[in-house]
Amino acid sequence: MLETVTKKEATVLFAGDSGDGIQLTGTQFTDTTALYGNDLNTFPNFPAEIRAPQGTLAGVSGFQIQFGSIDVFTPGDQCDVLVVMNAAALKTNLLLLKKGGIIIANTAGFDAKNLRLSKYEFNPLEDDFLSDYKVHSLDITKLTRNTLKESGSSLGQKEADRSKNMFVLGFIFWLFNRPLNNTIAFLETKFASKEGVKEANIGLLKAGYNFGETSETFSTQIEVKPARLKTGVYRNIQGNEAIAIGLIAAAKKSGLELFYGSYPITPASSLLHELSKHKNFGIKTFQAEDEIAAICSSIGASYGGALACTGSSGPGIALKGEALGLAMMLEIPLVIVNIQRGGPSTGLPTKTEQSDLLQAMFGRNGASPIPILAAASPSDCFQTAYDACKMALEHMTPVLLLSDGYIANGMEPWQFPTADSLKEIEHKIPKGPIEGNFLPYQRDKNLVRKWAIPGLKGYQHRIGGLEKEDLTGNVSYDPDNHEKMTEIRAQKINNIAHFLPNASIDSGHPNSKLAILGWGSTYGAIKTAVRDLNAEGIPAAHIHLKNLHPFPPNLKEVLEQYELVLVPEINDGQLIVLLKNKFDVVFEPLNKVKGLPFTSTEILRHVKTLNKALLC
Amino acid sequence: MLTTSNGETKRSGKDFATDQDVRWCPGCGDYSILKQVQSTLAETGLKNEDIVFISGIGCAARFPYYIESYGMHSIHGRAPAIATGLKISNPNLSIWVATGDGDCLSIGGNHLIHVLRRNPDLNIIMFNNEIYGLTKGQYSPTSPIGTISKSSPSGSLDTPFSPLKLCMGAEATFIARSMDRDPVHLRTTLLEANQHQGTSFVEVYQNCNVFNDGAFFQYSDKKSKADTTIILEQNQPLLFGEEKEKGIILDGFQPKVVHLGEAVGHADLWVHDAYDPVKASLITQYFDDPNNDLPKPFGIIFKKERPTYESLIIEQMNASKSAKGEEHLDALLSGENTWTVS
Ligand code: SF4
Repeated sequence: MLETVTKKEATVLFAGDSGDGIQLTGTQFTDTTALYGNDLNTFPNFPAEIRAPQGTLAGVSGFQIQFGSIDVFTPGDQCDVLVVMNAAALKTNLLLLKKGGIIIANTAGFDAKNLRLSKYEFNPLEDDFLSDYKVHSLDITKLTRNTLKESGSSLGQKEADRSKNMFVLGFIFWLFNRPLNNTIAFLETKFASKEGVKEANIGLLKAGYNFGETSETFSTQIEVKPARLKTGVYRNIQGNEAIAIGLIAAAKKSGLELFYGSYPITPASSLLHELSKHKNFGIKTFQAEDEIAAICSSIGASYGGALACTGSSGPGIALKGEALGLAMMLEIPLVIVNIQRGGPSTGLPTKTEQSDLLQAMFGRNGASPIPILAAASPSDCFQTAYDACKMALEHMTPVLLLSDGYIANGMEPWQFPTADSLKEIEHKIPKGPIEGNFLPYQRDKNLVRKWAIPGLKGYQHRIGGLEKEDLTGNVSYDPDNHEKMTEIRAQKINNIAHFLPNASIDSGHPNSKLAILGWGSTYGAIKTAVRDLNAEGIPAAHIHLKNLHPFPPNLKEVLEQYELVLVPEINDGQLIVLLKNKFDVVFEPLNKVKGLPFTSTEILRHVKTLNKALLC
Repeated sequence: MLTTSNGETKRSGKDFATDQDVRWCPGCGDYSILKQVQSTLAETGLKNEDIVFISGIGCAARFPYYIESYGMHSIHGRAPAIATGLKISNPNLSIWVATGDGDCLSIGGNHLIHVLRRNPDLNIIMFNNEIYGLTKGQYSPTSPIGTISKSSPSGSLDTPFSPLKLCMGAEATFIARSMDRDPVHLRTTLLEANQHQGTSFVEVYQNCNVFNDGAFFQYSDKKSKADTTIILEQNQPLLFGEEKEKGIILDGFQPKVVHLGEAVGHADLWVHDAYDPVKASLITQYFDDPNNDLPKPFGIIFKKERPTYESLIIEQMNASKSAKGEEHLDALLSGENTWTVS
């Protein structure tokens, strides 16, 4: 008898060899889940090597999705269903499965060779090693081959085996009672020109679904009802895609051409890929010869009047340091995106970390203030990129935007705005003809200079990296002028605070003694932890900082209301250094440096270890 | 600006001078180059506001301050990258890069080879003085082996390279050499460089009278220059010497000096053709090698027509526009898959 259990939220983790099509399986499941109406959040976790040796622990690729009928802010701390295509995938991910959770294992991936490569001395599927879980062992490889044989498919063995992810996907769709039509439509477009491959994939998807229904492997289906999201129109969005769209939107709204100069680096490359797809928007993308040329070409483009942007990750940002200082000195608009990854040095390219905040703040020679913004979630990347462009153009300054590998690749539903609803952006290119002598470093009341671009008659001027004389911009070694200019440059950036939204409580208890203050991608984990704490009767509030330099003008007053401010960071304590330097408030760090995001449980547990007097 | 009798205005080098004090050492070859560049700009008919000079770091890099145009004195070695971005963003500008042997070939070497292969329409003037001047006298990538300098008191060990040979290897489309002490030749070369559609690379021998005085005097000194230099002219035989009594013949792939007479006549000589990549390679290969006893070639060594980088970018952009149609921001925001929560 088939039963249905209803859950408010569920987490599924697909794991297998990087050649097993795990990411595609995950994205397809995500798309269908979104269309079904669940709130969701995903976390792809890939190995650093493109094709690490098959069957090894290093070669495991994972895709985790949490979806629910309630609000979902993270990809889930632990999963309910773990799909493993081989032994290595089980070994690396078993700890992430809830006790009593479901394992769906491809037995073909547990042969002697796979067991040896994954360093199992026994077959975990065979003794009662997994007795805490509900294990379903299926020979997916064989099921795939048989399905294709029966349908008379022309696919060779290798190609056939590569399609086994569609069988798995069909099976999981059945488990959660999801329709197949969206994935079928996807396969029809993807393999439009390859009839045989298309038929095979669609056939396998359906076979996987039917197998669930007829094989009686499971006696229960899991139901996760649609979420009560705010009414409106939604799409799924990944963080880097959202940044790309944010940049394009800002270019359109400001009436400027977008220039993006970049050098390939994980996990920022997809920004370059995404932008180079949209040339019909008048975007000029430039794959430079190195990180330095990437930022320098962007400086050139900005000098010429484009909305210019360069993107990279920590090591690349280090290389760009000198040029960042030049852009700051020239006082030209430029957006620099850092999709942070595990550091230092080459570090953990495919893993996430928030360890470049102090680099953003101080990683240049001399006093070189640059505003810093951080995106909190995949969809928030859009608004943050848009705001970074607006700030750069309106305040004539380079702006650093921090994201990280976690939200760059993560996906969530996004209630996207209309073009009309986006804030207007003004730029500082002089409109009329020049009157009198042009003074390139003359400033308005916000200390912002004009953006006189080549081609404008009468505005000819020379600028550079040497210290400028106030107003004229001529080279000056005068001691008093240098001090004055240093102060002006700092003040100009500090003035931006007047244009920032006030810091406020994102969620949680209004009168708690404890605040949890986060920045960047810890947003979802903190929000979930605060929700769960509040549900248990423990008062706590969540404040999330988007502007890390300058801080929102009221931050001091907000923080001073609390007896303790807990600062979780995916680093060894960076924001807390900046906070302690500025505010006389009791801060406590909560750090994780494992190349992985916080789970909400980790934050929740830590809060419970705090002095009980704070938690009432 | 001069007004001629029929009322036309004729611009002169002065129209491109700024109010800044020129701060090179007295006697530096840079003064002559500045003057020739200003005169050349006057001849081009370009408007001041459409010209941009980009430089890196070094003595040569002060150049933008002295030209009445837009200019950026940027950071060490990066001028070609900045100029590339600027040209892509505004193809209508006339962009010039002023650089030196250290800036261009050492710290900025990577940008040089890549700007050349991409071929945006820029004019690169590389002042070669075979020494670091601004940092006060260290050997450079073009200093001969054994150069005694502040950083090589026992003589430099590094084999120098020929900038022009490097340019050939990097797929350059315009390669020329001139000299600070030959104003007419320098102006003609710069004018041609400016007319070339693509990246023009002009190496200018420049005397640093403080740290490397006389490095190139043999090519300008009245007594020696006839025998040590050869001026390349399109479709003309390679002749040199006081009475043009010497020439170059090609012996297989090996250039050789010959004395004209009964055995060899004009018709036997190598005829210069800047569009011939093989000949250009031989010139940069053999004539710049100090072990070969050949005169130093000046003039346009190589030239090739190839689409500019910015034109290709615009072409791709237009192709994308006609394939996908004009952009709609709302369509981009919504993407292809949406759902409605009601
Ligand atoms: S150091 Fe040499 S190159 Fe530099 S300005 Fe003086 S003479 Fe000229």
